[in-house]
Formats: sequence, C-alpha cells, structure tokens
Amino acid sequence: MRQIDVSEIVKSVSELCMEANFDLNTDIEEALYVAQQQEDNDRAKSVLANLLKNAEIAKMERLAMCQDTGMAVVFLELGQEIYLTGGNLEDAIHKGVRLGYQQGYLRKSVAHPITRVNTGDNTPAIIHLRIVPGQQLKITVAPKGFGSENMGSLTLLVPGDGLDGIKKAVIDTVKRAGSNPCPPIIVGVGIGGTMEYCTYLAKRALLRKVGGFHKEEDIASLEKELLLKINQLRIGPQGFGGRTTALHVAIEYAPTHIAGLPVAVNIGCHATRHKTRTL
Amino acid sequence: MKRIELPLTEEIALQLRAGDEVLLSGWIYTARDAAHQRMIEEVNQGKGLPFNLQNQVIYYAGPAPTPPGKVIGSIGPTTSSRMDRFTPMLLSHGLRGMIGKGTRSKEVMQAIEAHKAIYFAALGGAAALQAQAVEKVEIVAYEELASEAIRRLFVKDMAVYVAVDCFGASIYSGD
Repeated sequence: MRQIDVSEIVKSVSELCMEANFDLNTDIEEALYVAQQQEDNDRAKSVLANLLKNAEIAKMERLAMCQDTGMAVVFLELGQEIYLTGGNLEDAIHKGVRLGYQQGYLRKSVAHPITRVNTGDNTPAIIHLRIVPGQQLKITVAPKGFGSENMGSLTLLVPGDGLDGIKKAVIDTVKRAGSNPCPPIIVGVGIGGTMEYCTYLAKRALLRKVGGFHKEEDIASLEKELLLKINQLRIGPQGFGGRTTALHVAIEYAPTHIAGLPVAVNIGCHATRHKTRTL
Repeated sequence: MKRIELPLTEEIALQLRAGDEVLLSGWIYTARDAAHQRMIEEVNQGKGLPFNLQNQVIYYAGPAPTPPGKVIGSIGPTTSSRMDRFTPMLLSHGLRGMIGKGTRSKEVMQAIEAHKAIYFAALGGAAALQAQAVEKVEIVAYEELASEAIRRLFVKDMAVYVAVDCFGASIYSGD
C-alpha cells in the first residue's frame, strides 16, 4: 500500500491546467508544421504559420494559446494499491482546477446551464476515474473549448447500418461543423458501448498521439480512410479552404449490444490540449 | 494588405472584398452570447443600447483575465453563428462590422448585404498572438458578466480577413 496526500494531486492538477493551456503538444506542433509545408493554398499556409507563431508566443510568455481555456476534463487512472490521505479525491481535483485557472490567468468559462450564472472559478471539473492495478496515479488534464465541443455528435445507429453508417456519421459531423471548430481539427471517434460510454470513448480518443494510429490494423486503416476523406472536404484551416481539414482521426471502440451501434464524434480544435503526469 | 482606420464607414465597407486581408486600427467593442442577449432584451424593453452602434464594429470575444504587466489576456474570436439570431437587429441599429469566426446564417448574410456591413474573420485559437494588437481596454457595460462584459478595445493593426463583404460574397468555401 502506497500513501499519497491529496495536496500532491491539487498541485499537479493546477500545474497541468496551466501547462495544457500554455504549451502546445509537440505532436500537434509537428503536424501543423508538416501541414504548412504541404499546403497548396496560400491563405491556408499563412493561417498555419500564424497558428505556429501563436504557440510560440503562448509558450514564451506563459499565455493561454486560446482565450477559451475550456472546461477542465480530468482523466485519472488510480492504482488500487494507493491509499489517499489528507482529504477526498474529488475535492482535490476541483481545488487544483480552481488554483490553476486563477494562477494562470485562465478564463472562467463554466456557468449554470439554465440561469447562465458563472461559477466564477471554472469548477466543477469533469472527472473520469478508472481504478487500475498498481501503485501509481496517472493524471491527465484536457481543457476543452466549446467552439469544437459544440460540433460533436452522437448517432445511435443500428447493426444493419454497419461500417458505411459509421463512416457517414463521422464525415457528416465534420462537414456540418465546417469552419466552426477551428480547423485543422483532431477527430475523436467512439464506436460501441452504451450511449454515455461511447461519447466517453470519443473524448478519450482525443488524448491519443497525433499521427499514432490504432494498434489493430483494421481500425488503423479505418482511421486513415476517414482522415483522407475528411481532408478531401477541403474545409481547410479556419474554413478558408485548403487540404488540411484534420490533422488526425483516432478511434476507440468497445463491444456493444446485439441491437445497437452507437457512434460518437468529439471534435478537437487545432490546439487539442492535454497534459499528463504520473505520481 | 489594406490598412483601415475605424470607425467603419459605408465608404470604407464598399471598398472591401471577401478574402481581403486587412489591418484594423481604432476602437472596437467586444460582445458575445450573454451581452447580446442583454442588449436585445434592453432594446425590446425600450431602454436603448449601452453604446452607439453607428459605424461600429463588434468583436465576438471574451478575453482571458489580464496577467500582470499586460494590456489584456489572450483574446480571439468565438463562433459567430451563435450570435446570428441577434445580428440583423443590431445591423438595423447601425452596426457596420463584426469580427468572429465561422460561417453565418443566410438571414445574416442578407442583412449584411442590405446594411452594407462587413463580417471579418479573425484567427480562431490564435489568442496569444492577437492579444498583441490590443493597446487599450475599457469596460463599457455589464461588468458583472466578467469575460462576457462589453469592452472597448483600442487595436493597432489587428489582422483579420474580410469573410463576408457587403455584396454578399464569402471567404468560406461552402457559402
């Protein structure tokens, strides 16, 4: 049994909130750079160059890359041999988010869904907890902006819709999203499970490394096919046209019911922020 | 690259074409979802608007808090289509320009053409870069809305694209 004081979780979550908002992940930075080299459209090339410049300024000056510093989505993989002391886990996460958003001068973008009154400190965080074997705690903070979040979809297909139905659900969602989610986008796809688990899979897919396709060959080839088809839409960076509409498509799947085929699409913007730390 | 000194008169608007890259200098106003809702409610109650819209430009943006030593925190455009339902009314009150990101509804496109207005697109998600164009910030109304308050920004050479011109042409491929 290993003991972890929750104050360590508070500290890590707050730092991860800031790092995720200030420092573009290198896989995305590389993908933007490659896209800029390969663009055939001058306006798209110039947009991509400015996105890279923005990332540079944000990193150097410790400023948020985007003013929409998102809702804090926190993924935890908690080793079952850990004994937490000093308080409770959920409070520690919310406290970490509160501190991170305050200290990082990040925007407080969370409000009551009906009265629209802002909670004032960007809490509550959205928490996804998994209990796993071992003695480690893996924390991922993924701030999610709603320009892209609003463009996602859940389609409850039936088994007869099959692979073609899945592809259509993904392409239609990206087409409908058009210029809104700040392309070039990263497309997270969840297939199977139940209604809520499917959307969770789509969100989790956004954490995958850009350019790193699924380890199962048939899923990887579906990811590549969808990426190609999405880029043929020529929505382009900011929706101004060009060959770079998406940088990556990542699919996560799970077994589902004999009567169903849920498909969720969660779109991430060109910055798709997430940072991970293991305690 | 065209340089434009604000306010945005009809004469200037008539010279702009979709796809043009322009640098804006002068005062602009921020307003997003909550501020739009408030403004429309107040107009409907006969209270009038918190500022004179004549030849003005509204920027759909809510900045991040201002870090010490900075003029403003990160600031970039939010999705314009959420403001579509409010836009024709504001255009009829003299609003001449909007800055945001993404396509607009058919109704807004028609209103832009009818009122000889301009819809500019700023780069979504490039908010650290765009904060550098802001030289002064003042709160104008609805301070309690925090990042959603109406602010007046003095910008110098703020880089935007003409997304929809006053002849109804658009930069977006699908329009």
